[in-house]
Amino acid sequence: MAAIQVVRSEWTKIRSVASTVWTLSLAVVVTIGLGMLISALSKNEFDSMSRNDRLSFDPTFISFAGMSLGQLAMIVFGVLVVSNEYSTGMIRTSLAAVPQRGSFLAGKIGVATALSLVVGLATSFVAFFLGQAMLGEHKAAIGDPGVLRAVIGGGLYMTLIAMFSMGVAAMLRSPMLSLGILMPFFFLISNILGNVDATKKIGQYLPDQAGSKIMQVVTPIDDDTPYGPWGGLGIMALWVAAALIGGYILLKKRDA
Amino acid sequence: MIELEGLTKRYGEKVAVNNLTFTVRPGIVTGFLGPNGAGKSTTMRMMLGLDRPTAGDVRIDGKHYDQLKDPLTYIGALLDAKAMHGGRSAHNHLLCLAQSNGIPTKRVREVLDTVGLTAVAKKKAKGFSLGMGQRLGIAGALLGDPRILMFDEPVNGLDPEGIHWIRNLMKSLAAQGRTVFVSSHLMSEMALTADHLVVIGQGRLLADTSMADFIAQNSRSYVRIRTPQRERLLDVLHAAGVTVVETGAGVLEVDGSKSEYIGELAAQHQIVLHELSPQQASLEEAFMQLTAESVEYHAHSDTPPAQQQAWGDGWKGN
Repeated sequence: MAAIQVVRSEWTKIRSVASTVWTLSLAVVVTIGLGMLISALSKNEFDSMSRNDRLSFDPTFISFAGMSLGQLAMIVFGVLVVSNEYSTGMIRTSLAAVPQRGSFLAGKIGVATALSLVVGLATSFVAFFLGQAMLGEHKAAIGDPGVLRAVIGGGLYMTLIAMFSMGVAAMLRSPMLSLGILMPFFFLISNILGNVDATKKIGQYLPDQAGSKIMQVVTPIDDDTPYGPWGGLGIMALWVAAALIGGYILLKKRDA
Repeated sequence: MIELEGLTKRYGEKVAVNNLTFTVRPGIVTGFLGPNGAGKSTTMRMMLGLDRPTAGDVRIDGKHYDQLKDPLTYIGALLDAKAMHGGRSAHNHLLCLAQSNGIPTKRVREVLDTVGLTAVAKKKAKGFSLGMGQRLGIAGALLGDPRILMFDEPVNGLDPEGIHWIRNLMKSLAAQGRTVFVSSHLMSEMALTADHLVVIGQGRLLADTSMADFIAQNSRSYVRIRTPQRERLLDVLHAAGVTVVETGAGVLEVDGSKSEYIGELAAQHQIVLHELSPQQASLEEAFMQLTAESVEYHAHSDTPPAQQQAWGDGWKGN
């Protein structure tokens, strides 16, 4: 009963601020738009590719290329949903209304996660179909082996990225601090760590590196990743769980 | 009813609230008074379960705050007028609070009407003036129709009309039998609204008394006299057994005597008086004296307030 009240309240909160609309819209537009662009470019480049590159050509994964940038908007969404409470002072009003802090956080993150999942899945499916349309004769079909898993996985990936950001924001409270850490991390540092040979072994266990495995259908030729698509998503889920547990513990014991 | 039992809050070495024990009773306005930094807001946050006490306990109708089911229907609080998301409309701000406590949606319109914000219900809160923000905060406190209301410095930064409105609101809430607990650093404000006073300084309880007792004990009345025949008048008053205090600049003060009596005495002895006026010391001065030693941030003036100290001595006995 009380849980339904909190969910209803958090739904009112999330739909009544402009940042929800613009962050999620940006995530949708950037992910789909950039995916289409890169799909179109890849189609033109296919003929000039090496034999190995052609063998590992992954049309599904290419149509999700926009996610590298689109995920940043999901990060902003996740951070703002939680840290808005702190930056505005609303947190004191919220916790006076719902003093059970666990229920409060669960309600907030539950609602934001459900919304992310709906938006993420829709984005993923649209990005796939429009991306394939751009790829012309090189396209994959949704019925091909592993493709449906990758497309659903794309939606899950976006959701988990947002959840991870919510957990980090719950720990750090400040939107600027949270974004200042998460944005460069996911845009630069993680990519560097995951692509430089010396750090690859560690880099591949970072949340986005591991989680994005779910969107691959064709395994690259020299791939030696020790986990599969679901294993990778599982690693990402562990990161998310750690961030959320951290956020919960700190919320529980901190003064508001 | 709110009961505080040995409530203590420490931040590292610093003690913000020190072993507070008092009870806030229903049906009256209890003023919570103390200078800036005395620990009023910290105490109120602990009452609402926002800050955790280092030691001690707060109970609301016998329960801890987080044991209350739908707490907004027990206790409504205005802590900070800016404790809301500026991008959310007044209506939606109240709606999300109402939903979290299972309060019917129609209450949102009712409280908006009570505080006079119906016309701007769909406007974003960040466009609100301080007074409007305060009204929205109060609407939030009234939302659950609670028996207990708590306001932290509600008149701060308000214009006279807003102050007047809040005073009347608090009085009418108490008249409906509700418990009203309101903090302020202005004695004059409390004198107009509160029935009971809890005074703290540097986190310690300094007084827990009814307003009437506080006034009786602290409003020193005296007669102020100026005369060109100072020596003669002193002799006459001394002979009549009246104690006189000289406060400099040719001014004499007499405690506990009627101005009529002194006037008649002077007339009998044909002493010229330039001034003979009954005086009442303000409660503000009494409050300042009470908290003088516990004020955290002193502003230093060149001349010490000698007069205040003189009559403040009588208070310390209490």
